Amino acid sequence: MYLGKVIGRVVASVKDPKLTSQRLLIVQPLTPELKPTGKQVICTDSVGAGADELIYYSKGKESSFPFLPLEVPTDMTVVGIVDSVRVERE
Amino acid sequence: MLIGKVIGEVVATHKHSSHEGQKLLLVQPLELDGTNRGDAVIAVDSVDAGVGDRVLLIVEGFSAMTSVDRPASPIDIAVIGILDSVTLV
Amino acid sequence: MILARVVGTVVATRKDPRLEGKKLLILKPISAEGHDESGYVISVDTVSAGFRETVIAVSGSSARMAEGCKDLPVDSVIVGIVDTVTLDSKDK
Repeated sequence: MYLGKVIGRVVASVKDPKLTSQRLLIVQPLTPELKPTGKQVICTDSVGAGADELIYYSKGKESSFPFLPLEVPTDMTVVGIVDSVRVERE
Repeated sequence: MLIGKVIGEVVATHKHSSHEGQKLLLVQPLELDGTNRGDAVIAVDSVDAGVGDRVLLIVEGFSAMTSVDRPASPIDIAVIGILDSVTLV
Repeated sequence: MILARVVGTVVATRKDPRLEGKKLLILKPISAEGHDESGYVISVDTVSAGFRETVIAVSGSSARMAEGCKDLPVDSVIVGIVDTVTLDSKDK
């Protein structure tokens, strides 16, 4: 899974029927030091994350599993809201 | 699989139910020369690894989710071994 | 599948029980011309590959379709030892 921050939302009226009623969040991937890294991505949401929240998300087919038995065509899903990050790098 | 170094932990109270009770480790994937390979990732822990450990990191869904007995869950990365030695020839 | 060269081994005493008895080799991906490419991968050996040998590795969930790898937590498996690589000459 990967650390990120919710920085926006995407609304699409026309989309795959299985994406109907799915919230689409814009997420900025972060390093453990909470610095932005890489390009922003669009994630579906399984935990009700909100604007500016620190989250973690999964990638790949596994990302569709929170929505089973519905087979949602997603490759990235927010699966947790982060309370704290502890880093011990030398 | 990749070599990684455990650099920290992440705590999340509100998360997907399949992640309940799982320790979430921050793991920095490494190149063979010990330099960083991209950014650190969040992995579930199946072998009770700790900060500073050099670990075997699996970056594939089925393997990761079954290592912690959570099939069909949104888990894509897991720590599945603690490395004793790495030998290059 | 990728072409790769065996460049090392890793040993882990504490690991997922399903990996017990499996040989873990470090592979360096190579081009068809035999040049090293960037990165590396740790792969389960199912064909008794040796050091410096050129091998074929299958990755992703397909890796579990290799011999003896059903239900193992693996994302890369060595499935063949390469005898020769033939390239069609570009200036033919």
